[in-house]
Amino acid sequence: MAGLVKNITNISGEAGEAVRVVMNTELSDSTTSFTLREVCDLVNGEIICGEELANQKVASACGCDLMSDVLAFTRPGSVLLTGLTNAQVVRTAEMLDLKAIVFVRSKKPDERTIKMAESLQLVLILSPHPLYESCGRLYTAGLSGCQNHGHTARA
Amino acid sequence: MGVRDIDEGTSLHYTFDVHGGDFAKAGDASSRVKRILQQIGAGPEIVRRVAVACYEAEMNVVIHAHNGTVTLDADLKRVTITVDDEGPGIEDIAQAMTPGFSTAPDSVREMGFGAGMGLPNMKSCSSKLDIKSVKGVGTTVRMTFDNA
Repeated sequence: MAGLVKNITNISGEAGEAVRVVMNTELSDSTTSFTLREVCDLVNGEIICGEELANQKVASACGCDLMSDVLAFTRPGSVLLTGLTNAQVVRTAEMLDLKAIVFVRSKKPDERTIKMAESLQLVLILSPHPLYESCGRLYTAGLSGCQNHGHTARA
Repeated sequence: MGVRDIDEGTSLHYTFDVHGGDFAKAGDASSRVKRILQQIGAGPEIVRRVAVACYEAEMNVVIHAHNGTVTLDADLKRVTITVDDEGPGIEDIAQAMTPGFSTAPDSVREMGFGAGMGLPNMKSCSSKLDIKSVKGVGTTVRMTFDNA
């Protein structure tokens, strides 16, 4: 879907408008998704765990340092962006069936935490940018937030 | 969805120890609960709800109590998680249920917990939440998750 959206922006004139309308209808039913490798590239990041799982797709993200808020409001299958690097971040991702964690400002978790993520088949990405900018890059590219305001563990 | 691989009438029962202040192992019990439920074929939604609520309750024991246990009971109809601790107890349960209310120290907040969403999270994930607490003795949190 990400590729399709990029194509539309290249089309100009009347024909382009027509395509855009069709695409908008499609987008309202589905969501823009990115592979974890694309997510990594968008934040100029580096994959430090789960390279072989980087072709998985994500359709939503959450940027947060409060794990209880993450547990309350993050959709399963999302990517989490955070400034924390402790083991509880990986545990939180495990409980919610998240696919990846982006650690901002290139902060690297310790080996034990990375090993835990490895055993849980979680992809870990280091982003050189701060939280706000890392989130902004993904949001601008079309990766949506977890807008479902109900309790998302039920999603 | 649901707990498929157990015969009617049978149930499972597991208990795990949780140690107050042991942040390195915090979440281990909930992780094992999650894996057991996955192994018996419970659906992903109920597994996630139990895992999130159980993890919040386990973190509360690690943050606030001296020690405790997490007990998993499951049959075809429902999953029950009982978290029992020896600790300071909750003085005002209604206040503790208020989103944003927390008595966690700054050291815990720096780890991303203590935002005052723990009990509200447990309530919204579970079908029924029951808290019994005696100040200076301990707290028992029982959560049931109906296999809808």
